[in-house]
Amino acid sequence: MATHESTSANPKVNYEYRRRKARDEMRMQVTSFATMIFMTFIAFIVVIADFDKYYAFPVLLLLAGAQVVLQLYYFMHMSHKGHGTAALFLYSGALIAFITVLTFLTIVWW
Amino acid sequence: MSTVAQKRGFLAVLWDYLTTVDHKKIAILYLISGGFFFLVGGLEAMFIRIQLAVPDNDFVSAGLYNELLTMHGTTMIFLAAMPLLFAFMNAVVPLQIGARDVAFPFLNSLGFWLFFFGGVFLNLSWFMGGAPDAGWTSYASLSIASPGHGIDFYVLGLQISGAGTLIAGINFLVTIINMRAPGMTYMRMPLFTWSTFVASALILFAFPPLTVGLFLMLFDRMFGANFFNVSMGGNTIIWEHLFWIFGHPEVYILILPAFGIFSDIISTFSKKRLFGYAAMVFATVLIGFLGFMVWAHHMFTTGLGPTANAIFAVATMAIAVPTGVKIFNWLLTMWGGSIRFTTPMLYAVAFIPSFVAGGVTGVMLASAAADYQYHDSYFVVAHFHYVIIGGVVLGLLAGTHFYWPKMFGTMLNETLGKVTFWLFLIGFHGTFFVQHFLGLMGMPRRIWKYLPGQGLDLFNMISTIGAFFMAIAVLVLLYNIVITQVKNVRVGNDPWGDGRTLEWAIPSPPPYYNFKQLPLVRGLDPLWIEKMEGRTEMTPAEPLGDIHMPNNSFIPFVMSLGLFIAAFGAMYQIDWRESGGEEFVWSLPVLIIGMLITLGSMAVRSLKDDHGYHIHKEELMDDTDKGGKE
Repeated sequence: MATHESTSANPKVNYEYRRRKARDEMRMQVTSFATMIFMTFIAFIVVIADFDKYYAFPVLLLLAGAQVVLQLYYFMHMSHKGHGTAALFLYSGALIAFITVLTFLTIVWW
Repeated sequence: MSTVAQKRGFLAVLWDYLTTVDHKKIAILYLISGGFFFLVGGLEAMFIRIQLAVPDNDFVSAGLYNELLTMHGTTMIFLAAMPLLFAFMNAVVPLQIGARDVAFPFLNSLGFWLFFFGGVFLNLSWFMGGAPDAGWTSYASLSIASPGHGIDFYVLGLQISGAGTLIAGINFLVTIINMRAPGMTYMRMPLFTWSTFVASALILFAFPPLTVGLFLMLFDRMFGANFFNVSMGGNTIIWEHLFWIFGHPEVYILILPAFGIFSDIISTFSKKRLFGYAAMVFATVLIGFLGFMVWAHHMFTTGLGPTANAIFAVATMAIAVPTGVKIFNWLLTMWGGSIRFTTPMLYAVAFIPSFVAGGVTGVMLASAAADYQYHDSYFVVAHFHYVIIGGVVLGLLAGTHFYWPKMFGTMLNETLGKVTFWLFLIGFHGTFFVQHFLGLMGMPRRIWKYLPGQGLDLFNMISTIGAFFMAIAVLVLLYNIVITQVKNVRVGNDPWGDGRTLEWAIPSPPPYYNFKQLPLVRGLDPLWIEKMEGRTEMTPAEPLGDIHMPNNSFIPFVMSLGLFIAAFGAMYQIDWRESGGEEFVWSLPVLIIGMLITLGSMAVRSLKDDHGYHIHKEELMDDTDKGGKE
């Protein structure tokens, strides 16, 4: 099962290199965490400030989508190598769900 | 079926099969139960054809006819075709990718038992107050109004067996992604493995809509909801969409593995590498994707409007392109090959024109404007029987002959196999070719009887005679299976002599651990590569070592049995509530007890550690079926 060994867990890999990797990783985590809190903040403002709903709904949905992407890529490590298959299936599922919802909105509730 | 098994008592063998988590034994379970339901569905088809043989016939009553046609469709799709495909997937895919088992052996067993109990539940409807009678599509406006418990059996039975199918599909996805032998890259996988992979992905995405639809139906019928009740603000069209969002990918779930079986058979018996392998893979994936964009072509006459109809018509026609790519690749694989017309190859050769005929009528039906003429006529019946029998069933029969030696270690008789083939092929075309014309003459589908003197008599009689040919063909196949197993002449690794893929590199049937040492895969058709370099077996990719194996478990059986019991409670609580708590007082306790059995066995599975066991290196060295190398 040689394929199960990930290179980062290999002690032979340069220590400095791993340190730098970990630091970059941490910085990305903190940055995305700050971004997510900021976006949550905007979402609250949009609701509290009582914006017009035709403006508020798309903004909220957009922010929600961005949150999902950040969550997946930075906190659930989809940005790392070896997640191609999972990403493919995730996007296929999302596409099919989207088409289904689109159908129900356009040609079912006439 | 191994020589060891025959020395044990019947009960020991039975217990072994009830608890097995071995993919090869689960394959046999799928084959037996799928085969049984195939015979049941076939019997229902024979009753339909006998009723329609002559005009104004009274062989069955109108109500019984509706039940027969509903159960024929439902049984054949869910309980015969899919399990039989799962039988071959289980038997062959782990071997083709060089794995010792599927990724989740326990779930594999659970998937089988859920399917089995769901199927048994559905068929018990015959003995418990009437079968479902709203067609296999069970359109909501009709099925909500259906009296009795028929539709409840349909909803609950399919819900249980659908969960099993979903589990099996996920299992194959994980297996194919994670368990490939060293060197077995995606683009070296045999086509049957590829098509299993894509079909499993379709199962993953297509079964949830069915589950949702069935749940809505369940709540409408059993708990007084009104999702589909127009008079209460529901919308009956929702069921049609949900059903076909599942239903159209479902036909690709059936046909793609059949394509895979044929691809392997054609390349084996043409002694050639599959022509355009990469294009075949791409076409398979593309068919899978497009399969989700076309469901509304089943609903052209529902009134979706010209825009929606046009979009779905064009998308449907687009599927003909990748399918055409596959057809030409099969033809070009045979072109210039050294062809041996064995029984599986006969099926493969006959499949091509039969399936093309079904494809051509498919494009005709895809034209939305013309579909208004064909809709709900025997033309549609002829079309989908041409693709399902001409594609899937021929594939299953070919696979039965092709993989029988690998599954059971014996060769089915070739002469009888060819007799089966010719009887079946003639019967199939005889039954369904004339139905195109019946449809164009205006005979609607799902009718109980027709009047004499309308020009429908002759073709209906021909159709019924054809059905008898198919029935005789199946009987010959059964006879073939029985005498083959009684004679029990054992065969070696590669009984066809031209095996190209990994499954033919190990004994038939394989030892329970499959590969003593995982094989090193050096290209497409790995065994063929080794043969061409003068070797008879695969080069091992690892030193001989201990093999980790899963323990047998009775829990999947109990888990499924719990749902089976709970389904009776869920169904009869309707009567309990309608009688004001007077009768059927046992229904609610039965529902709760059933669920407790299932949840309890899930808890046992979760809380009790089961680490499996190891086959030690020393035992493997002693095993003589294939010498281990250090």
